[in-house]
Amino acid sequence: MAEWEPVAGLLRSKSATLGLALIAFVLGVALLGPALAPHDPFRTAPLERLAGPSAAHPFGTDSLGRDILSRVIYGARISILIGLISVSISLFPGTLLGLVAGYFGRRLDSAIMRAMDMLLAFPAILLAIFITAILGPSLPNTMIAVGIVYIPHYARIVRSSVLALKEQLFVQAIAHLGGGHGRILFRHVLPNALPPIIVYATLGMGTAVLQAAALGFLGLGAQPPQPEWGVMLSEGRQYLQIAPHVAAFPGAAIFVLVLGFNLLGDGLRDVLDPTLRSM
Amino acid sequence: MPLGYFGKRLLHLAFVLLGVSLIVFLMLRMIPGDPARLLLGEFASAEDLARLRAQMGLERPLPVQYGLYLGRLLQGDLGRSLRNGAPVASEIGQRLTATAELAVAAMLIATVLGIAAGVVSAVRPYSLFDTAAMLLALLGVSMPVFWLGLMLMYLLAVRFPVLPLMGRIGMGNEPEALTGLMLVDTLLAGGLEAFLEALEHLVLPAFTLATVPMAIIARITRSSMLEVLQQDYVRTARAKGLEESVVVLRHALRNALLPIVTVLGLNLGLLLSGAVLTETIFSWPGLGRYVVDSLMARDYAAVQGCILVFAVIMAVINLVVDFAYAALDPRIRIHG
Amino acid sequence: MRRIPIIVMAAFLVCVSFSGGSAAETPRTGGTLVWGRGGDSVTLDLAQATDGESIKAGIQVLENLVIFGKDSMHVEPQLAESWSVSADGLTWTFKLRKGVKFHDGYPFNARAVYDSFARVLFKEHPYHGYGQWKYVSLSLAPVKDIRVIDDYTIALVTEKPYAPLLNNLALWLCPIVSPRAMAEYKDKIGMHPVGTGPFKFKSWVKDDQIVLERNPDYWGEKARVDRIVLKSIPEPSARLMALQSGTVDIADDLDPDSIALVKKNPKLAVIERPSINVGYLAFNTQKPRFQDPRVRIALSHAIDKETIIRSIFAGLAIPAKNPFPPSIWGYNDKIVPYEYNPQKARKLLEEAKFDFDSEIELWAMPVSRAYMPEPVKTAELIQSYFAAVGVKAKIVRHEWGAYLSKTQNGEHDLCMLGWLGGNADPDNFLYGLLSADTAKPPAANVAFWKNAEFTELCLKAQKTFNQAERTQLYLKAQEIFHAEAPWIPIAHSTIVRSYSKKLHEVPLRPNGLNSFPMVWKEK
Repeated sequence: MAEWEPVAGLLRSKSATLGLALIAFVLGVALLGPALAPHDPFRTAPLERLAGPSAAHPFGTDSLGRDILSRVIYGARISILIGLISVSISLFPGTLLGLVAGYFGRRLDSAIMRAMDMLLAFPAILLAIFITAILGPSLPNTMIAVGIVYIPHYARIVRSSVLALKEQLFVQAIAHLGGGHGRILFRHVLPNALPPIIVYATLGMGTAVLQAAALGFLGLGAQPPQPEWGVMLSEGRQYLQIAPHVAAFPGAAIFVLVLGFNLLGDGLRDVLDPTLRSM
Repeated sequence: MPLGYFGKRLLHLAFVLLGVSLIVFLMLRMIPGDPARLLLGEFASAEDLARLRAQMGLERPLPVQYGLYLGRLLQGDLGRSLRNGAPVASEIGQRLTATAELAVAAMLIATVLGIAAGVVSAVRPYSLFDTAAMLLALLGVSMPVFWLGLMLMYLLAVRFPVLPLMGRIGMGNEPEALTGLMLVDTLLAGGLEAFLEALEHLVLPAFTLATVPMAIIARITRSSMLEVLQQDYVRTARAKGLEESVVVLRHALRNALLPIVTVLGLNLGLLLSGAVLTETIFSWPGLGRYVVDSLMARDYAAVQGCILVFAVIMAVINLVVDFAYAALDPRIRIHG
Repeated sequence: MRRIPIIVMAAFLVCVSFSGGSAAETPRTGGTLVWGRGGDSVTLDLAQATDGESIKAGIQVLENLVIFGKDSMHVEPQLAESWSVSADGLTWTFKLRKGVKFHDGYPFNARAVYDSFARVLFKEHPYHGYGQWKYVSLSLAPVKDIRVIDDYTIALVTEKPYAPLLNNLALWLCPIVSPRAMAEYKDKIGMHPVGTGPFKFKSWVKDDQIVLERNPDYWGEKARVDRIVLKSIPEPSARLMALQSGTVDIADDLDPDSIALVKKNPKLAVIERPSINVGYLAFNTQKPRFQDPRVRIALSHAIDKETIIRSIFAGLAIPAKNPFPPSIWGYNDKIVPYEYNPQKARKLLEEAKFDFDSEIELWAMPVSRAYMPEPVKTAELIQSYFAAVGVKAKIVRHEWGAYLSKTQNGEHDLCMLGWLGGNADPDNFLYGLLSADTAKPPAANVAFWKNAEFTELCLKAQKTFNQAERTQLYLKAQEIFHAEAPWIPIAHSTIVRSYSKKLHEVPLRPNGLNSFPMVWKEK
């Protein structure tokens, strides 16, 4: 069956398989969360703080004596959510704007794309800082901020795919047959513009997790006592010399998840869209 | 028509800058927190607060504030810092060169190492080198920059002290700041030793900042090279018995450069973003740190000035990339 | 970002410490002192400064008419040799030191004092528009006229008798700046400070370093190190590494865990001083659920202060039971603190019919302060203590400016804050932070606690000049405070300076602000 070809191709790709496996692992941990965690991730035990890995606490304890393993396990959900939600926030408006700009062209196109240029004039992290500062630091706001930052990227990618597709005969043929704009856009243009978006969105989940961590570093990320990996990591830097495990385990967790998204993104790119390179 | 094209780009830039200035102005006012209150802290009396707010011009209606700001801006005046009353333009000028030096050094490292690794990997695909290089590249984009920087610092400057920990040059060796670029100033002052010292100080922060773009460039170079190496003209060149190095560098790389240039342009923007964190970690007195500090203190004028400068830099980079594109690929004609 | 408005208080604790080395060592002249700190100065014109980083650098360069002593709460002469107050208490006359020159060679005289003060006070003074005079109400506000009597005599006239004026003049806010420099640099005087101090300003690379050099023509004992370099190192873990690797000689504002590491390092030293601050958790007593003192007392029993101090403060604090620390006179040591007892807390809450189902908001400061070095972690710990007695608390954070205005408007349920006692007087804490008079928005009394008897005692004490009598009034006031429990006082933190053992005679005032003329550095 022809439509299964990409999946088979994906599974043939070593990097995609590994990426999928890593993501599946984190996802599994996220879903099973409470069942896996040996302790309550919020229970403080200040007198057992900064203890190294032991049988009772395989990943050690943090500065308030909480079990780091349990916190990392609970954090999996948050990080997966950060990836999914931030990417959705950039993906849907970005795609829509790109579709409209590319398909209708002219004034609408230049209005949309100039607005996108204005957003792109900000360095990404700065725009994210701005938005979290306005909305107030919290996990949902971090996701919104990271999401908004990448809207122009999707708009640009989709727009350029649409521009290329528009020239192709079949869209013009459908237009001649009298299809409405909405129908043409969503039934015919969008599906053909999907592959690069899928690849970019996959890679974008990794980027989102890293951006959220950077915001955490600046004190604008998720709020305590939420076990967000980025915040845990940046808290841990204070104990780099006394208790390196505090930063090491959340750091490793971020790394595994981001690596998973990157590997999968690479694999998808090879399968779906070998010409897509400039990202 | 190049002139028309250029004019159009300038117009476009002016429009974007105007938009950006308005967006920044509005966003800053939407952030909760009063600069006067932040400056005065928990020990201020209500009278002191009211006086400072009036002095800062915060009591005027917003459209008036923006109008005044825009009026000054058109005369090339970025206004005065709310924190210390210094002209924002000079505050930015003092820090811009530090960021420029760091960013250029990082870009050089990223480009040279990235392209080299990409080319070698493409020439010997699936070799040990290729695997290792691509793995490293993957690692580079999969970890938080601030974490990498702190690790490098701890390992290479504290645990095994081979490189200086922070700053731009050793204490007391500062040359007269003629250009603001430490490498240039030390050379102008005629001190080779000082120059090498400045270079040493640059290594860790520049390398940290370079990691992400380097990884991206290496990957893009590899895939672009792989594709080009399959092309007929490369086979022809090989068949003609040209030396492999000539084939790779003269024929293949030149043609593979196109996508690489695009990525380079995009990544300079990324560097400005990375600079915010790298400068904080390495105590580098640059613009990235300044803009975050200013934002935290709600120093409206300073933030507005910085973002405008960033926007201009990005626009110039985009312009340069477009021209480089045209220069590299005769098929692309710049048209208005 | 680290801005620490600090009121210089009288330092009655021993302030000069002799580190490590034996007394036989003779001080060396020369060398560079490198001082690592969390951020850059904002301005070096201290009349405009509100943050610790500016004051730290500025007090090396600028001097005042009078200054706090190093080990007493008496004000001592600096640029003024003597002073007197008129019989009506309105006119203060200062005799100035002769033969002193500013760093730019301009002579110090009454005219210089006039310009330095008048620019702050009088709108019509030509230099008034060159600066933002931020804390006038803390410094010169009571002065309504300045009279130059002769070259070396100046008089300040106040509207009504105002005894604390002398203490105000000793604050960093009242420096004497060279009139020539003020005229020359205009609104850039903050970038080019010219004073009479033991060090003179050399250069400033923004966000990087400020270099100060020994003033060879100093009127007093000349500084020992050749220069001081103040380095901005914003990342705390990098600041620690800089101290360990010898990149800096002093590292400011390290977190308590890092200080523990410094203590273990044979090359490094730490000095500690009890501070005169308090970190507290205030109930908003206007909210219905905290109106009942039984609820407030119950929650006081729920918190284990000893553990908070052992873990989060790494031992660098003492638990608080009163609103001000024992280092200030009038402290009521007979008060028995509410002991940590979760069972009792739970029982009291049940008796008071506390609503366990709805969540309370626990406001945590977004910035770290000497009185609350790790506010967020402290809040997390308190949250878990509350959870242990069945009280659900949600940690709420706002940025610092919003946090201050919102708490002063009473939008919080419970909030964390602290205070540093400016003039080391109990009035500063009790009347200032807890009286009914200060409970109107914008309120310094963020508990919005209005107790008529307490306020009456404070007001009576203000009009009483006999310290023994005042003490009695304050002891009684603290009893009321304890019984009503509008706050949970948490800790009085210890002030710390971490430095390399190469340095000697490193001073530390309880507010962390010192001029460094006597510090010397081994080769």
